[in-house]
Amino acid sequence: MSVPTVLVRGGTVIDERGQRRVDVLCSDGTVSAVGESLEVPSGATVLDAGGCFVAPGLVDVHAHLREPGNEDAECIDSGARAAALGGFTAVVAMPNTDPPLDNAAVASEVLALGAGVTCKIAVAGAITVGRAGERLAPMGELADLGVRLFTDDGAGVQDSGVMRRALEYARGLGVTLAEHCQDDGLSHGAAMHEGEWSSRLGVPGSPAEAEELMVARDIALVRLTRGRLHLLHLSSAGSVALLAAAKAEGLAVTGEVTPHHLALTDAELSGYDTVFKVYPPLRTATDVGALRKACVTGTIDAIATDHAPHRPEAKDVPLADAASGMLGLETALAVVLGALTDGDEPLVHATGDEQASRLCARDVVGLLSWRSARIAHMALDQGGDQGGPIAPGNPANLCVFDPTESWLVDPLRMASRSRNTPWAGRKLTGRVRHTICAGEPVVIGSEAQR
Amino acid sequence: MTAHQEALTGEHRGEPGTDTASAAASATTPATARADGARHLLSVSDLGAEGIEEVLRVSDAFVEVSKRVIPKVPALRGKTVVTLFVEESTRTKLSFETAAKRLSADVLSFNATSSSLKKGESLRDTVETIAAMGVDAFVVRHSAAGAPAAVARWVDTCVLNAGDGWHEHPTQALLDCCTIRQVLAERDGRMVAETGVECFKGLRVAIVGDIRHSRVARSNVLAFSALGAQVTLVAPGTLLPPAVEAWPVAGVSHDLDEVLPETDVCYLLRLQAERGVGGFLPSVREYAAAYGLNARRAAALADGALVMHPGPMNRGVEIADEVPDLPLSVILRQVANGVAVRMAVLFMLLGTPRDESPAGALAGLEDAWETGGG
Repeated sequence: MSVPTVLVRGGTVIDERGQRRVDVLCSDGTVSAVGESLEVPSGATVLDAGGCFVAPGLVDVHAHLREPGNEDAECIDSGARAAALGGFTAVVAMPNTDPPLDNAAVASEVLALGAGVTCKIAVAGAITVGRAGERLAPMGELADLGVRLFTDDGAGVQDSGVMRRALEYARGLGVTLAEHCQDDGLSHGAAMHEGEWSSRLGVPGSPAEAEELMVARDIALVRLTRGRLHLLHLSSAGSVALLAAAKAEGLAVTGEVTPHHLALTDAELSGYDTVFKVYPPLRTATDVGALRKACVTGTIDAIATDHAPHRPEAKDVPLADAASGMLGLETALAVVLGALTDGDEPLVHATGDEQASRLCARDVVGLLSWRSARIAHMALDQGGDQGGPIAPGNPANLCVFDPTESWLVDPLRMASRSRNTPWAGRKLTGRVRHTICAGEPVVIGSEAQR
Repeated sequence: MTAHQEALTGEHRGEPGTDTASAAASATTPATARADGARHLLSVSDLGAEGIEEVLRVSDAFVEVSKRVIPKVPALRGKTVVTLFVEESTRTKLSFETAAKRLSADVLSFNATSSSLKKGESLRDTVETIAAMGVDAFVVRHSAAGAPAAVARWVDTCVLNAGDGWHEHPTQALLDCCTIRQVLAERDGRMVAETGVECFKGLRVAIVGDIRHSRVARSNVLAFSALGAQVTLVAPGTLLPPAVEAWPVAGVSHDLDEVLPETDVCYLLRLQAERGVGGFLPSVREYAAAYGLNARRAAALADGALVMHPGPMNRGVEIADEVPDLPLSVILRQVANGVAVRMAVLFMLLGTPRDESPAGALAGLEDAWETGGG
């Protein structure tokens, strides 16, 4: 299928190199020209980007697409559509599928299903067979398929000896491990953060230490093995402090944060609304403030959605029985702009120095785009095609968004097959207008084209 | 609308700590019931001090009814109350059903062990199916905190929390307050009906046992502290709740013997041995030795002190075998008051028109009572 020529006109390009008011012309899947007031070639599709930023397509290094095994909740096709509407041109699919992504057969299947959808689909392989935390998964055969990230996400590797061997083995392959930090012993049976709210509500909770213990352990193992590690969905002030210290020491550790952990606290569970049940749990305003600050200081390397679709029957039950997780692809950009820039009133009043926790839109987009592309091993200089910069000759993966447009989140009108978004019924500011994936305009005027 | 009626509309408000984020966030949390829809009792905090006092006053009338030859009034005739007990219970279920029947309501009894829930039907489908048959109130007990709140979201029917996991058991706290007020009034030689809730101001209450997992403790702490009592929690380190410093209590102690002489009400919680004692305690024996109320410890209580227990008792564990029979134990009175208090709550939620106070509605029933509840 040939890709049309597309002119993105009237927007402000933002990428690693800076910010400039220029038009962008794409043809045959690449950026062919960047400049002011470009001429419209005949037959070209013109996308109006007036009032918008034009950024390299966003890259989500952490999303659950549920295929194979739970296609009622989401599949690769619907997940890709949701991603495109959220401005993402690439997504890394997590391996806690059924069967899990712990071998080349399942990985090939997922990569094949991902070819031709409205977003590039990459795969994270499991660290251990069945994600059981016992034996190493065949990381070599998965790396041969292009897999660069490995994680047992959904669970943390409980046995330190196993994690040590995994780090050593991964170092030999030149791939990166990613950890879902959760100590099972401390978090057993928990449905929310352990603190004042869980105590008041009579709900078993998981303290921040359940995450921090494994963060600290893994950092020590990286020191021991000289391996490389990416910390998934960090949620507490203690965790980011540990990450900052590890970086200061020169260890190869990176970390990500989700949009919801930058915007919501455990107080949201006061009505036992299961849409707010997630792992790691929403924590306190102090934690939210520390996570925001960590985004500003550069301790946090990427923002990732941890998009976790669940069918209503998995959520419409008492809190203790409900599945954990929230949708994230379609709302990420708006939520993060609201949490980290001066644009909108933040939903949470974090404690501490508000001024210090603010970024400009370009830096925020960087956390979702070129910086997360790097974590995902998809940057141009890593042999990938994501993250820009937006320059002639580079792949045409673009996210065009209006930072001032407000919209009402309606779960029934989202592309995801599931509806568990914590923003249902709320107004968000910041909307993706067009998304171009490998030169194809897959979203025009905030509507998916296929 | 009276203060209690406002308080009884479903909005579930909690105020832990002074976290401004909590306040901001809870302001944006959707309400658990429409303001013009069904009324609920999900938490003691739905009532406040005024609401609690109102329940106690209405209970006085129903204590009196329970003593009559025909202990029945037509207040809820034509109303249907469903007891939806997903977690096992005998005493609370019987107490609620008796209360509803004495108000002449029709009672449907739903027992999870012999029901469609075992066949895999979701709680939501179960509740919506029952509601479709036309019922006026659900009395819900469930092992998961927040289940009654979920039911209140799903159906437009009155919901009463009869105990949800570790969270709350509001009618237990109310009957406990009723009992304390009653006993203290009698001891002072006064008519209960002439007393308000002044007796709680400065009253020294010790709640002893597994606070962490206790819905009774949570409801009682809210009730007693709202009424001005000084509550001390006494428990081993593993059985205190997290962030206990945010609880509205006067203190926390690990030494029962030290607390007893300064205690006017000793409230014992059942040690839930089925919970897996090994995880939280080395043994039941060690717990009983340090925290069990035996006769010697009962004698060490302040003069005129009361011993209370929500039942069922583990004799020989949290309470020695001879203690329930001592004069200072009011455990059986708690049970007796349970029916009257539950009648009061059901009456206030279902039998009182919105624009009328419970006292007014009660007065309207006087005639019916005079004729023996016909």
